[in-house]
Amino acid sequence: MRIDVNAFLGAYPWRRLPGSSPAHLIQAMDRVEITEAWVSHLPGLWWKDPTEGNDWLYETAVAHPRLKPVPTVHPSLPHWEEVLAEAATRGAPAVRCDPQFLGLAPTGHEMRVLAATCGSAGVPLLMSVRLEDLRQRHPLDTAGDLPASAVRTLIRADAELKLIVTHADRSFIEEVHFGSTPSEAERLWWDLSWIWGPPEDHLATLLANLGPSRFLFGTGQPLRLPEHSVAKLDLLDLSADARGAIEAGNARRLVAG
Amino acid sequence: MLIDVHAHFHPDRSPRNDWREYNASRLAAGDRMGVTIHVASILGTFGRTSPTYFPSPADVTYGNDFLLGLQKAHANRIRGYVCVNPNYTEHALAEITRCVKAGMIGLKLAASRRADDPLLDPVCQAAAKHHLPVLHHLWQHRRHEWPQQEASDAVELCALAIRHPTVSFLLAHIGGGGDWLHSLAAVRDVPNVYVDLSGSGVDGGMLEACVDAVGVNRLLWGADMTLCSGWAKLRYLERLLTVEEVEQVRWKNAAGIFPKGAFPSD
Repeated sequence: MRIDVNAFLGAYPWRRLPGSSPAHLIQAMDRVEITEAWVSHLPGLWWKDPTEGNDWLYETAVAHPRLKPVPTVHPSLPHWEEVLAEAATRGAPAVRCDPQFLGLAPTGHEMRVLAATCGSAGVPLLMSVRLEDLRQRHPLDTAGDLPASAVRTLIRADAELKLIVTHADRSFIEEVHFGSTPSEAERLWWDLSWIWGPPEDHLATLLANLGPSRFLFGTGQPLRLPEHSVAKLDLLDLSADARGAIEAGNARRLVAG
Repeated sequence: MLIDVHAHFHPDRSPRNDWREYNASRLAAGDRMGVTIHVASILGTFGRTSPTYFPSPADVTYGNDFLLGLQKAHANRIRGYVCVNPNYTEHALAEITRCVKAGMIGLKLAASRRADDPLLDPVCQAAAKHHLPVLHHLWQHRRHEWPQQEASDAVELCALAIRHPTVSFLLAHIGGGGDWLHSLAAVRDVPNVYVDLSGSGVDGGMLEACVDAVGVNRLLWGADMTLCSGWAKLRYLERLLTVEEVEQVRWKNAAGIFPKGAFPSD
């Protein structure tokens, strides 16, 4: 069992991206033995109304049961609460909001209200730090990375919020984790996609210091090769329990509440 | 057989106090992945006593000496690139002669001088004389100057490669950040430039674009700082290419451009 909590469907606005259809994503999942993928609608992340991609996402998930929809919520658009409610009704494992792509202040009023509403609804909120390395972005892709301070602020904004952060590196994760109380840190989950494995000790150190329970298997596919997240686990000497928790157990428990 | 054409080890005078652990980790991870030979460079003191990309002559010599020590200690697993700073021509040429005599098999140019600068000609002539391939640090599409290095991009490397058609050049870390599409377009028609697949970037579509641009004959497997990303690319290539093509990328292409006898298979 391997659950990828960080996957996308659809075109990328900044370059040609092969493998972004549902059929291709499932092929890639089979290739690296991923059982289930939590998917977001990639082009919609930059749309004025990103929720317009959600219907297609739900339909795709119905047609492909291994794909679980992670719809986007835009907290400054009218009726955004209905988008969140629909996600809960449809059993989405999480909703996402990437303020840097939507032109929202990461710790502004809208984001803090969204955090609180997700907390009270019991729906995990997923945010990405980045999708691409700053050095390689399109010249017009001027969205900066999500700052670690924003994650600290949001996790403190509501005592019930569960926050999944993808594409964070070691220093980001350590800054937030050790800048949070234990009870706050217990409501934060990190995906593996941007953490360096051997020969650097980043992933090993994080697992030793934070514990495997805080980590989720994620790839960022098809923007990134899913083989990377598997390879970095294969290079560590993890117990079967720890590896199982990272690859599926933690995600299962997170969704089960 | 698997040859990592872009490896680094850290010396005892580097800023990292975990240099021993890092070096051991590189070898252990390489063993787990099946890396046969790490072809490595050490860029002076990696910033401790002179800048990583502008190493002083003394630090260049120190770094090369440390690498020679590692090569001697791990004769079955490590080979060395001679690192030089081409701003110090006499010192660079002397280092090449000294380190080749001691067993190094390639030349490493980082970012001390732009790749198309005439100052690189004497060291490339020395590379030709000793049949050394040149691994050149690259920024994939340098749109502006970057701090602490005089970075080159693929267009500038190609200008150098065209001036030295008998030398094989390795365009460093296509996955190392920047616009790899720009680099691939630049090197497409320059046959003595090979694409080193290393770097932490594992972008979807990048490996297909590499094959399309230069063909499997000019692809070299490497990892640079992150063996985990190198392993991921290798696993993907095993699905993308034929078995024979994968062998070319794993080691056969490298064996063809490094000096004869550099690797166990030769």
